[in-house]
Amino acid sequence: MLNRDEDILQAAETWQKQGHGVALATVVETWGSAPRPAGSSLVINDDGTFLGSVSGGCVEGAVVTEALDVISSGQPKMLEFGVADETAWNVGLSCGGTIRVFVEKVG
Amino acid sequence: MKLDTLKELNAERAARRPVIIVTDTASGDQRLVKAKDIAADPLRAELSKQLRMGKSGNVEVGGKKLFLNVYAPTAKLVIIGAVHISQALAPLARSLDYDVTVVDPRTAFASPERFPDVPLVAEWPDVALPPLNVDHYTAFVAVTHDPKIDDPALLHAFDRDCFYIGALGSRKTHAKRCERLRAQGAKDSDIARIRAPIGLDIGAVSPSEIAVSIMAEITAQLRLPPKEKEEAA
Repeated sequence: MLNRDEDILQAAETWQKQGHGVALATVVETWGSAPRPAGSSLVINDDGTFLGSVSGGCVEGAVVTEALDVISSGQPKMLEFGVADETAWNVGLSCGGTIRVFVEKVG
Repeated sequence: MKLDTLKELNAERAARRPVIIVTDTASGDQRLVKAKDIAADPLRAELSKQLRMGKSGNVEVGGKKLFLNVYAPTAKLVIIGAVHISQALAPLARSLDYDVTVVDPRTAFASPERFPDVPLVAEWPDVALPPLNVDHYTAFVAVTHDPKIDDPALLHAFDRDCFYIGALGSRKTHAKRCERLRAQGAKDSDIARIRAPIGLDIGAVSPSEIAVSIMAEITAQLRLPPKEKEEAA
């Protein structure tokens, strides 16, 4: 019963009504010490504006880029981030954990 | 997520009703399950467990990997009585993510100096409680020791089906309280829901320790499955 994501899902609905393309990115799995628990989410619109958090700032940039792809293709994507990832130096998690993020289009 | 699903999700959240979104992460297929429909759902065991824990997670069913995203309302704690125990209970409950409100018509008790950072309502329960929207996701604690304040508050808690109702007082005090509530028309099944003496029996002595025992009892009520709850009581 954590108080989470209070406004961002409402923002997703509002953006959608305003005619924006919108994607929802949700942490679905975590290993090790991950900054945000499963269920944490980020909403992104086609301007690249985003609200919420899936990692406390470590990988949001990469998620937003992927989300823009998902908005244009309509196909959901599963992303994985962690120190073992070859892009770790760019967008890995400094905490040493691994997270999987499901990105889907809204609408 | 379909726009209709998102709209329904937001409507349920606004009404403080729990919802679980079930997503097949391979195909993107998705459905929304309302709390009231869990009992009839093929995934009822998994869904009720995740909801009770207030935790999102993955399950594998029939070779499909499903993500269960739990949207449970923030639990509230209403404390009747701005007494010494409440001064320890309010910050403890806040650290456990409860939305806390303290109600006490006695302004000498309900003062911001005694309760910094806690919403305080210095009114009688009949005035204070209706705007608080007390609901099932509310733990309700009556600790004034004064029947004029505690009794009407407890009747309100019955009416709103709070998931936890506790009242301070010895067994003797509580027996008298039960008689009074019965005389005011409360049902035996409601009266039986009052946890009194309040809190788990951990030998608590100081106000802070009593606060810990109360929060432990509330946590058990919130998280344990029904059978284990009986054993803990």
